[in-house]
Amino acid sequence: MFLDLSYGGSSFCELLAGRLPSLLSRWDNLRLSPEDMPPLPKGTTVLALKYREGVVIAGDRQATEGTQIATRRIEKVFKADQHSAVAIAGVAGPCLELARLFQTELEHYEKLEGVELSTEGKANKLAQMVKMNFPMALQGLVVIPIFVGYDLKRDEGKIYKYDVTGGRFEEADYHATGSGGGHARATMKKVYRADADEAGAIQTAIDSLFDAADEDIGTAGPDFVRGIFPTVKTVTSRGIVDVEDERVRAVCQSIVEGRSRSH
Amino acid sequence: MALPFYVSPEQMMQDKAEYARKGIAKGKSIIALAGKEGILLVAENPSSSLNKISEIYDRIAFAGAGKYSEFENLRKAGIRYADMKGYAYGREDVTAKSLANAYSQSIGSIFSQEIKPLEVEILVVEVGETAAQDEVYRISFDGAIADERGYAAIGGQADELRLYLKDKYEEAVALDGSLELAVKALEASTNQKVRAANLEVAILDRDHPGRKFRRFTTPDLVSLAGDLE
Repeated sequence: MFLDLSYGGSSFCELLAGRLPSLLSRWDNLRLSPEDMPPLPKGTTVLALKYREGVVIAGDRQATEGTQIATRRIEKVFKADQHSAVAIAGVAGPCLELARLFQTELEHYEKLEGVELSTEGKANKLAQMVKMNFPMALQGLVVIPIFVGYDLKRDEGKIYKYDVTGGRFEEADYHATGSGGGHARATMKKVYRADADEAGAIQTAIDSLFDAADEDIGTAGPDFVRGIFPTVKTVTSRGIVDVEDERVRAVCQSIVEGRSRSH
Repeated sequence: MALPFYVSPEQMMQDKAEYARKGIAKGKSIIALAGKEGILLVAENPSSSLNKISEIYDRIAFAGAGKYSEFENLRKAGIRYADMKGYAYGREDVTAKSLANAYSQSIGSIFSQEIKPLEVEILVVEVGETAAQDEVYRISFDGAIADERGYAAIGGQADELRLYLKDKYEEAVALDGSLELAVKALEASTNQKVRAANLEVAILDRDHPGRKFRRFTTPDLVSLAGDLE
């Protein structure tokens, strides 16, 4: 078993499919319709936008189950490797699984081959994984990621969006998805600037999430009572960096103050 | 039908061991040194793409001496084992001890069952939160596993290197000191000057968050160890 050379490739998903298939969700043959599904927690709004040095990727922290809040502290934005991140909207369980599997896939490839996958290679791999999920999506278990990476060869940030069939589309400037995605996009459309600096891009990301939370009941705004704020990460040539909670809190505070005064 | 010649088990094992030893003796050597910042792995390796040292998991690294194709298969098996275990359970459940055992079992059963033994010797090392928790396992061509303290050597000049390090090794030495000791040991064992471009060096960096494996480039090495060129 240990020295099993039957699989010689560098993909972790294919390795699991051959050796430990029980760890991969294979519910293709369940044949449920979305109406038969019990209510499940859904992650709501995630977004990404480019700026001068790279990409900002962000998401709110709520998972919603019907009209109930399932959890207030879910993470929907994940470091995928040193130069890329993935944010996922959809049914929380499969979303978290996809994120974890994708992280392992990239790390596994990097260790076996001795080099990171190219940014496009990572984006394509994610597309294949979303496609694998398509039979589940038809039964209501929808998983929609946004992938961002910093392409060191071309020296630019990249944003990719996906559909449930694994369709992969590169976005030139910004994208948002999930139940509040449309509202976040509407905000970004008005205030997005490609030459923004990091502070400006973070401001736009949080502004857009604030608007999404304002319009969409599934999306949570900043929670000053419990101290829960959106997840924000930057991806640049220097790697992926978490924007500290304190900094996000300060931006949220200024948005609340700015909007309070204007009424 | 002709009867096969009878060969006593002792003779068969001896022959296999001799064959494996000869194969390994042809190759270059690798040193592991546990120090202040973590565990340093130093290999003589003129190739910059065919690695002898590799990351396995967050705290675990691998080094292989002997026949490249054989230890490369072992390296990949180790990464597959670690990633599957970490995915099925949790990242902290992947340990060098269980990996070293898996290697020992596989290499041992190949040695006793196959006609040709593996011509390899490998190291599995795990950096701990403190130096006292560092683990260094050396696994031979016959699956024998040794739990080493502080330093270990494998490959062609392993015996000479161990003898050299036995006198010179000290605990909790800083990175540059460990590198200089490794270079001196390699030079003493081969009676040749070692060039930075012919070294493959990596560290499991104790204080690095997450994945602790880090490679050094040739310029890194030159700036770390004064005598290296």
